[in-house]
Amino acid sequence: MIFSDILFDLARRNLQLHSLRSLLAVIGIVIGVLAITSMGILGASLQASVTDQFSDSVNILTVSSDSRGGYDKITDRQLKEITTAAGQSNVFALNTEYDRITVGSEMGFVGITALKPEYMSDLLELSSGRFPKAAEGVAVGQTLADEYDLKVGSRITIGKDDKEKRVRVLGILKNTGFGGVISTDYSIISSERWYFSVYGDTKEYDQVAVQVRDMDDIDSVKESIETHLNRNRKKVVTIMDSRDFLQAVNGVLGTISLFIMAIGGISLLVAGVSIFNVMLMSVNERVKEIGILRSIGTQKQEIRMMFLYEALILGFTGSIVGGLLSFLGGGAIVYLMLNDLSCLFAPSTMVYVLYGVIIGTTVSVLSGVYPAYKAAELNPIDALSAE
Amino acid sequence: MSKKPVIKLDDVTKIYPLPAGDVVALDNLSLEVTEGEFVAIMGASGSGKSTLLNQIGCLDVPTSGEIYIDERSTSEMNDYELTELRRDKIGFVFQKFNLIPLLTAYENVEYPLVVKHKKRDTSGRPEELLRRVGLEGAMITHKPTELSGGQQQRVSIARALVNDPKILLCDEPTGALDSQTSSSIMDLLTELNEQGRTVVMVTHDLHVAEYAHRTIRISDGKIV
Repeated sequence: MIFSDILFDLARRNLQLHSLRSLLAVIGIVIGVLAITSMGILGASLQASVTDQFSDSVNILTVSSDSRGGYDKITDRQLKEITTAAGQSNVFALNTEYDRITVGSEMGFVGITALKPEYMSDLLELSSGRFPKAAEGVAVGQTLADEYDLKVGSRITIGKDDKEKRVRVLGILKNTGFGGVISTDYSIISSERWYFSVYGDTKEYDQVAVQVRDMDDIDSVKESIETHLNRNRKKVVTIMDSRDFLQAVNGVLGTISLFIMAIGGISLLVAGVSIFNVMLMSVNERVKEIGILRSIGTQKQEIRMMFLYEALILGFTGSIVGGLLSFLGGGAIVYLMLNDLSCLFAPSTMVYVLYGVIIGTTVSVLSGVYPAYKAAELNPIDALSAE
Repeated sequence: MSKKPVIKLDDVTKIYPLPAGDVVALDNLSLEVTEGEFVAIMGASGSGKSTLLNQIGCLDVPTSGEIYIDERSTSEMNDYELTELRRDKIGFVFQKFNLIPLLTAYENVEYPLVVKHKKRDTSGRPEELLRRVGLEGAMITHKPTELSGGQQQRVSIARALVNDPKILLCDEPTGALDSQTSSSIMDLLTELNEQGRTVVMVTHDLHVAEYAHRTIRISDGKIV
């Protein structure tokens, strides 16, 4: 490749000579890069934040009845089969009912999940109080507690009309976000005893959670349950581990962030068009100069390089500024949406800044290709006689 | 020992095809210029003298005929080779100086060296040439627009000389200068010619043509 820095100087000085025009073209690239990079940062931060929330429950499989099979719940027999198939893993059967609650004058509708008291400490975490041991009370999620101003010792009325039951809050659970097997943030956890006394014991369960002791066994346990229950190619249960869910959520988030980046990309495309325009103007203004340069021995490819340098300077400057600003822009959006900036400087986020700079610079240089070609192909005599 | 022909044109014809009919700018023109000669080309406007200079300067290729520069035929050369030939063998001096406005006087002279060697000059040759044509000190850091016409033409002559070409092609070198500046520029060209450089100059000024050893008159694309 030819690199004579006098051509680079010529490109730089020409841009300086038309500083306002150059600045406007750079601003276009800044906006374009800022748009795609900020969107990329947002997408990456969302994914990082979701992944972070899931990592706690990654050793848990959830088994539920495959609704296409015609069964709504896991039967007692199936539970036993799952327990056998799961080997050494802990198996928890869960039932969830939705009911009305009344706290003082406030009313609402929440999920009530029943669990054996001895399993509660394995699956859930308290922020205050204790777990119910029998039918003496319930534990509630943090979000629910905040909303109804519940504290350890508060009383809740569950159900309506003649089925009303008053229970005491014994414990408040830590928030788990997306993470838990059962989403407990906005729900009530009761013992099976209490639950069956209110909703009856049907010997059927909505969901079975299998806590694998060793992370490495998660696939073999999953397969074992699969072969035990889904015999004869009949799908009776669906087994999900949080990785599947995480993958699904991340897949969706990835698609969304790609889509919003594409929208940001439109502004970069517009910026590319403006670079193209600036470069064409530059070529048209400098026809005479191109003629002189050619007549005194400048090769076509050197003329091309000179104009590509212009596009490169515009694009690189704009991309670097845009990349730096996207920390602010992306940071602001992430902060507004996630209230947490810890993901902003993660490598998976930073890589979008790098992509933004590379894409921005590439778009500019590509926009300069045709004008540079046009400049190089001018006939020296015609160019010299231009005024 | 007879001197070598540094420029040789054999039956050169240049036709510009135009919608209103072809224009014959050069008509079977043959010409030889030997090394160290100072030749003036004269003729009315439209006579073909600028076309002839462009042909000698390898800025254009003839429709038919052969052109030899320094005994090399140019007819088989591609654009890259013709550009190299212009860079290394020919120095151009134009009527309107044609300096690069974005470069300083020094950089204008340095430029052909940079495109030849692909690096900035360290030999000091541009300063030396500028001193020889009468520019030195802070003056060489000025942009062309900050210099007088005579000074600009001196810079352009220094630029033409920087790659030590055999041939100096001048297109109305004094056309944009007053008479006093003109004669000092002509003295400079004469001096360069006396040092052995071949000078071919297009002019319509009889007084300027008197500096040359030989005057060629052109009319309708032919030597008369």
